[in-house]
Amino acid sequence: MSAAAVSSRWRGPLRLIARRIGLALLTLLLVSMVIFTISGLLPGDAAQEVLGQTATPEQVAALRHEMGLDQPGPVRYVRWLQGMMVGDPGQSLVANKPVADIISERLPNTLTLAALSALVSLPFAFLIGIASAIARGRKLDRALNILTLSMVALPEFLVATIAVLIFAVELLWLPSIALVPQDPSFGQFVRAYAMPVMVLAVGVVAQLGRMIRAAIIAELDRPYVEMARLKGVSQNRLIVRHVLPNAVGPIVNAMALSLSYLFGGAIIVETIFSYPGLASLMVNAVTSRDMPLLQACAMIFCATYLLLVLIADTIAILANPRLRQG
Amino acid sequence: MVDVISTDLSRRMLLGGLAAGATLSGAGAVTGRPRIGGRIRVASIAASTADTLDPAKGNLSTDFMRLYLIYSGLTQYDGQLRALPGLAERIETRDNIVWHIRLRKGVHFHNGKPLTADDVVYSLMRHRDPATGSKVQAVAEQFAGARRTGPLELEFRLTGPNPDLPVILAQPHFLIVENGRRDFSVANGTGPFICRAFAPGIRTVVRRNPNYWKPGRPYLEEIEVIAIPDEISRVNALLSGDVQMINAVSPGSVKRVRASPNHSFMETKSGLFTDLIMRREHPVTGNRDFVLAMKYLQDRELIKRALFRGYATIANDHPVPPFSPYYNPDIPQRPFDPDRARFHLKRAGLLGARLAVYASPAANMSVDMASILQEHAAQAGLKLAVNRVPSDGYWATHWMKHPLTFGNTNPRPTVDLMFSLFFQSKALANESGWNNARFDRLLLEARRSTDEAKRKEIYGEMQWLVHEYGGVAIPAFQSLMDGFDRRLKGIFPIPLGGFMAYTFGEHVWWDA
Repeated sequence: MSAAAVSSRWRGPLRLIARRIGLALLTLLLVSMVIFTISGLLPGDAAQEVLGQTATPEQVAALRHEMGLDQPGPVRYVRWLQGMMVGDPGQSLVANKPVADIISERLPNTLTLAALSALVSLPFAFLIGIASAIARGRKLDRALNILTLSMVALPEFLVATIAVLIFAVELLWLPSIALVPQDPSFGQFVRAYAMPVMVLAVGVVAQLGRMIRAAIIAELDRPYVEMARLKGVSQNRLIVRHVLPNAVGPIVNAMALSLSYLFGGAIIVETIFSYPGLASLMVNAVTSRDMPLLQACAMIFCATYLLLVLIADTIAILANPRLRQG
Repeated sequence: MVDVISTDLSRRMLLGGLAAGATLSGAGAVTGRPRIGGRIRVASIAASTADTLDPAKGNLSTDFMRLYLIYSGLTQYDGQLRALPGLAERIETRDNIVWHIRLRKGVHFHNGKPLTADDVVYSLMRHRDPATGSKVQAVAEQFAGARRTGPLELEFRLTGPNPDLPVILAQPHFLIVENGRRDFSVANGTGPFICRAFAPGIRTVVRRNPNYWKPGRPYLEEIEVIAIPDEISRVNALLSGDVQMINAVSPGSVKRVRASPNHSFMETKSGLFTDLIMRREHPVTGNRDFVLAMKYLQDRELIKRALFRGYATIANDHPVPPFSPYYNPDIPQRPFDPDRARFHLKRAGLLGARLAVYASPAANMSVDMASILQEHAAQAGLKLAVNRVPSDGYWATHWMKHPLTFGNTNPRPTVDLMFSLFFQSKALANESGWNNARFDRLLLEARRSTDEAKRKEIYGEMQWLVHEYGGVAIPAFQSLMDGFDRRLKGIFPIPLGGFMAYTFGEHVWWDA
């Protein structure tokens, strides 16, 4: 195969991916504008929140000036955008520290929790999805359906609270709060993360498992599967070699959604286990009206989401010969 | 000459005073001999990126706790909110205006620098500098100046008389920092513990200060302070042994803590209250008969029993709680009297009127109080619509901004502070927009008075004025509840806040 042929074969997908990256950047810009506008509509500002109930109007005005909040909104936005262009998310209004420092304290926590939860959830989700699809309509499938549906229906705060009552308060096996010491031993690490990861996994396993089941069932109904069966392909080989590669598109998309949820939607778990992650930092930024911090959190969540979806789409494109031809 | 703090108060007397306070308060936790050692983790209610090591900027209970662990003040509270000597060995005044402060000898900051009068002058006067961003700038307005008169002596001058100065100086904001210190990314105090790690919104870790100026104290080797905002999670963390002390246990959770054989709880009776605010400038809520009707419609017994499960003290529409030494017992308790309320409503021509009341979880229990009030008001012939609004932004958008809203006021160390911050006619947080010339005059008169009996009489009349004419209805004072591991000893209530008004660090020991 010549070099020219290779390049023409990849030109289509590459152009598609480049366009997706451009769109992602545009989305980020729009999201930042929307967040800036909406957060400006919230009652009160950082100066009032910092000084509290008994502040004099002069104190509030002075602090507002110091924080630059007396500038008109568009000016503040453009200034923030200029900073972002060179990778500087600015100074936190409340903590008197660079936003980047605050985020860098929390980001590893969020990444660890999300990665561990994904690591635990994915095998279970695949197992449940595949088993359920193969046994479609039979007892196993129905049992798994009831299980996953009830797992989806159970709100996280309920699962978390019950888990804490059982494992921490009654049995005293696990800590009720996810406080990881500075240099944890392996045992401490596992104990600290066990419950938050378990609670997050409950929801993700159920959702992802159901989506994998649906994707595989859609493939199992296709004529090529019947053909393969007639040719005597074994069940395992059929699923692993024929069905899964074809179902990869919808499955990676579902995975991207689940992962972005683990990244940004862990607020309830973070609250109940008082785990210092990004989601609670963002809520904190909203209540203290710390706009630079809020914007930075929003940008991180949005960018992660777009990145995951982009990766999922890329995999789907590369896995699908029809899309690959562009 | 008035000696506000006895000059020869030795350490033994100081400790004796504390122990006596504990027995009186009935916590009964002070038993056995203190021993050095042990590490505990303490969970408070809130932490945020605004957490600080700067005493002037302290805002939340977690801040106060952290600050009292690391820094010391010129004075300290006892169980009755009187001032005990702290870094100041002696505070004297003749006229309540010019104060002579003599500092304890041989006190060192954590970095080894000895404490001098310059540190104190700086620590007090920096609150007047707008650049400090002090939360108590308004209180510090009365600090006319401080002048060093010796290495360990200073003269502190107020703009007007204030006999409460020693008590005011025990507040967390007035803790003593090093002369010239502006950078509070690291803490350097003279307090019982040395800051080892501080991550805003996450945790604070402090280690025992072996050179603390109270010999033998503190007892604990290490304290880690974290925050668990969710109340149920906080109680769970206590019961599962992950933390050894928590504050703000809700009345509903007290049963769970009591049921545990390894845990106890402490009720601190406090002056904390949630009040119904009736704005003066509105024609309906400014009507005297309407105000009286709303006061008679407060079902205080029900609020105490049902909302606070008994962990409250009935209030009489003024902000001084019955356990205050200045409480006026001669004002008759206002009863729950719907008939009388109806009479006042009729006289105001408001029978059948409609009115909106704003309540929010931000003002503790106000939503439930509003519902009870709505029920009783309907029977008396007034239709109240309860608007439940979110906590976020409540103080900036709703509080005092509608004719009928709820407020929530934390206990203050002195009656003067409570009256001057919330009831004086020109006070910013004069919630109802009340304006009573006699009240304002009495407030100043009490400050000038050097005679305790006279002050008590003046404060008594002021309570009556607020009870009778004030624009707020105060149904009950709420108790503060702490839960702790039984092995933690030496705890007694100080009625300003949970965690022994946040000063538990130097008092408690671990008995295991």
